[in-house]
Amino acid sequence: MSTENTETFAFTAENQEAAKAILAKYPEGREASATMPLLTLAQRQNDNWLPRAAMDVVADMVGLPSIRVYEVATFYTMYNLEPVGKNYVQVCTNISCLIKGADDVFKVCKNKLGIENGETTEDGQFTLLEVECLGACVNAPMMQINDDYYEDLDPASTEKILDALARGETPKAGPQGDRVGCQPAGGLTTLLGEG
Amino acid sequence: MLHDRDRIFQNIYGIHDIGLKGAQSRGDWDKTKDLIAKGREWIVEEMKTSGLRGRGGAGFGTGMKWSFMPKESAGRPHYLVINADEGEPGTCKDREILRSEPHKLIEGALLASVGIGAHVSYVYVRGEFYREAEALQRAIDEAYEAGLVGKNACGSGYDFDIYVHLGAGAYICGEESALIESLEGKKGQPRLKPPFPANCGLYGCPTTVNNVESIAVVPEILRRGGSWFAGLGRENNTGTKLFCVSGHVNNPCTFEEEMGVPMKEMLEKHCGGINGGWDNLKGVIPGGSSVPVMTKGQCDGALMDFDGLKEHGSSLGTAAVIVMDKSTDIVRAITRLSRFYMHESCGQCTPCREGTGWMWRMLERIGEGDAHIEEIDLLEDVTRRIEGHTICALGDAAAWPIQGLIRHFRDEMEAKILAKAGTHADASADAAE
Repeated sequence: MSTENTETFAFTAENQEAAKAILAKYPEGREASATMPLLTLAQRQNDNWLPRAAMDVVADMVGLPSIRVYEVATFYTMYNLEPVGKNYVQVCTNISCLIKGADDVFKVCKNKLGIENGETTEDGQFTLLEVECLGACVNAPMMQINDDYYEDLDPASTEKILDALARGETPKAGPQGDRVGCQPAGGLTTLLGEG
Repeated sequence: MLHDRDRIFQNIYGIHDIGLKGAQSRGDWDKTKDLIAKGREWIVEEMKTSGLRGRGGAGFGTGMKWSFMPKESAGRPHYLVINADEGEPGTCKDREILRSEPHKLIEGALLASVGIGAHVSYVYVRGEFYREAEALQRAIDEAYEAGLVGKNACGSGYDFDIYVHLGAGAYICGEESALIESLEGKKGQPRLKPPFPANCGLYGCPTTVNNVESIAVVPEILRRGGSWFAGLGRENNTGTKLFCVSGHVNNPCTFEEEMGVPMKEMLEKHCGGINGGWDNLKGVIPGGSSVPVMTKGQCDGALMDFDGLKEHGSSLGTAAVIVMDKSTDIVRAITRLSRFYMHESCGQCTPCREGTGWMWRMLERIGEGDAHIEEIDLLEDVTRRIEGHTICALGDAAAWPIQGLIRHFRDEMEAKILAKAGTHADASADAAE
């Protein structure tokens, strides 16, 4: 958790409405259920990290002691408790990605960005993280950058994506080769319309 | 092999219109009102007839599970919680349902809710699936707008609400009681059972937790009849199943096949075969990272269903098939899985919290060759002390891949140790000269 205690946090007007909609999903008296979605909302508003002030705001909204919310924020890996780069690069190195060349993808990221696992570039543009299975195994190796998955990677396509992001562009998400989604690259073997 | 007409997921690749109109053109939401009118008992009986076994890994009968829900609610609401916390390494099938066939899931949620007497369903989607959650939410919004869910869903007189709840990165929340804890706004630490969720689940109320795929196949089963589904596959292993094949095949992909399909035929037909041919196969993890690895010899005649893989000491799990050819450093691959379980242990039970780290460090040393041969037996012994001694199955899941490694690939572990020892011996011999 960030040791800086000087931050303040308040939901924007728009996010206050979103927070109300989140709270309305759960029965009366069960507002605690909104803890995680509200922390996520706060993090998304706050450049993808959660200052303690935001956790305190959420605790007030759901009627929990702050410590209960800190417990949640520190248990789940997606809550960032320190500032992170604008492009949050998460490379899966679990088994399906590992055996399809995730080492090379991760190495390209490290070299290109000049940082190690868990570090942020000095200009605040990139944070690099080695992560566990992201659930896109038939499209391995893959990485997630912010909300998007980049799949079927190799060193060249990885480099291209990072370059595009560095230029402020939005590279095409999904598989980097020709195929669409999770279908076999060699052409469909099912759902051929033959009945 | 399965005919296209018997495939439930006609848009699993998302090639066609994902929206409500497209879904309806493929038969979704067709006469749902009539199915609801047949009532709770009919729905549960039809699901029992279908023989559907849960698609999340454990393979428990879905109809049976639903029948455990109390008949009288005694003032407590019932809940259907859908487990979309897909995170078992190798597994990526529910993702395709969420993003390409969301209406099947929503309609299934309504029908399943009628079957268990619930009026509210939460879909717990892993936080990383942000785009998939967006796709599901869009479909839910469409369904509300069309009156298919909400008050008087489909004009049936049955009220039904469905909500998406995003997780935030914790594999353990795929365990049903941890998922419930998480949904209540707490750390995702599994609960002791009993009480089981059917009696005391979400908010202490009767709750059924089902996998995404289990729920998404419900409408088709009810429309075509449980006996149609039961007529596919083999006895006790009925129906169709989404398989996701990753690793060393020419064309890794996800597809729907009949239960009991021979592994070799399946990999050759849908995935273009093993890289370098069948004889280049080293081993297969047939059901996600938690199930034991199978050798090529075992794969030769294996049938892809619960009983077929059990015969070979493994399991169908989530039907996430991880294929490894002879280039694979299997010790390293299993060591990576071991690190995963260490990372994902919730920390509640000592054998798992301490043991997963211990096993990983041990494997690292063996991989580096810095261990003694006897330590392989010690490692095996430690896996037995973790297995079965924890609240949830994560301890077992961490132990089994290592047991599989030792059982089938002990020679590779020993080779690493001997190679390093050989180097030392050579070095000291050189020094002595």
